[in-house]
Amino acid sequence: MKAAVIVSPGSNCDRDVQVALRQSVGRDPIMHWHGNPDLPDVDLIVIPGGFSYGDYLRAGAMAAHSPVMREVVTRANAGVPVLGICNGFQILTECGLLPGVLMRNAGLKFICRDVDLRVEAEDTVFTHDYVDGQIIRIPVAHNEGNYFADDETLNRLDGEYRVAFRYCTPAGEVTAATNPNGAARNIAGILNENRNVLGMMPHPERLADALLGGTDGRPMFDGLAEALAPAA
Amino acid sequence: MKARVHITLKNGVLDPQGKAIEHALGGLGFAGIEDVRQGKYIELELAETDAAAARTSLEAMCEKLLANTIIENYEIDLDG
Repeated sequence: MKAAVIVSPGSNCDRDVQVALRQSVGRDPIMHWHGNPDLPDVDLIVIPGGFSYGDYLRAGAMAAHSPVMREVVTRANAGVPVLGICNGFQILTECGLLPGVLMRNAGLKFICRDVDLRVEAEDTVFTHDYVDGQIIRIPVAHNEGNYFADDETLNRLDGEYRVAFRYCTPAGEVTAATNPNGAARNIAGILNENRNVLGMMPHPERLADALLGGTDGRPMFDGLAEALAPAA
Repeated sequence: MKARVHITLKNGVLDPQGKAIEHALGGLGFAGIEDVRQGKYIELELAETDAAAARTSLEAMCEKLLANTIIENYEIDLDG
């Protein structure tokens, strides 16, 4: 499986994603500079976390229009899986691949801690190594994770089972107290209509190795490696 | 031609920064503040001399980049 990690000025989780993919896939992803529009043929595109363009104007707004993104949008529309983590999620909403917007955290503070998430969409290339209802614990680290969309969009996301992860208690209850950033309906990650684009605020790549204190993020990368492996 | 673009949060969109400013002003003793909303202000210098063409172009800039119209409104002022 060949993956590409899009690197922008200000990306800072690109190496973590590289290591997580290497571990699960057995080979290094292509680290692709955002300014290069010639994206090689790949089976997976990852837009990593960070502060692309210093979060100028709005988080992800500049990177959403960088030269490579036109090609990323074309590939996503052609069915290539695209995973956006944290700033990557913000970029995916800004470029229109995912609905809604990530606003400033309701508490106005940068939040960096582990959170519990309920898996709600196991039927994707990203999540098939999890099961619906499973609770996983991985970190968030963001200032703009407050997911917002109008009610019609939120109802559609719920109705089409496009909420992949929701902030919850360790027992799986979705409550206001477990919502770290004010996100509508405790949404931590969503899918596009064709379920080949996933945007999520939490960082699976940061807990994909036991040495780092947890492996709840690893099934995402293992699952991608399995789902996208060339047919034998 | 000089253009000024004001970008504001739509009604009903929570503005925690505006709320924080409101509280801070109250703490400084400024009474009677009923609401504070924070926005952005962008100045552009344009080569275009035709106001209608400038406005069309600025609207496209706002729709594509300067504002996120899911949560923000924009207002364009042109000099001259």
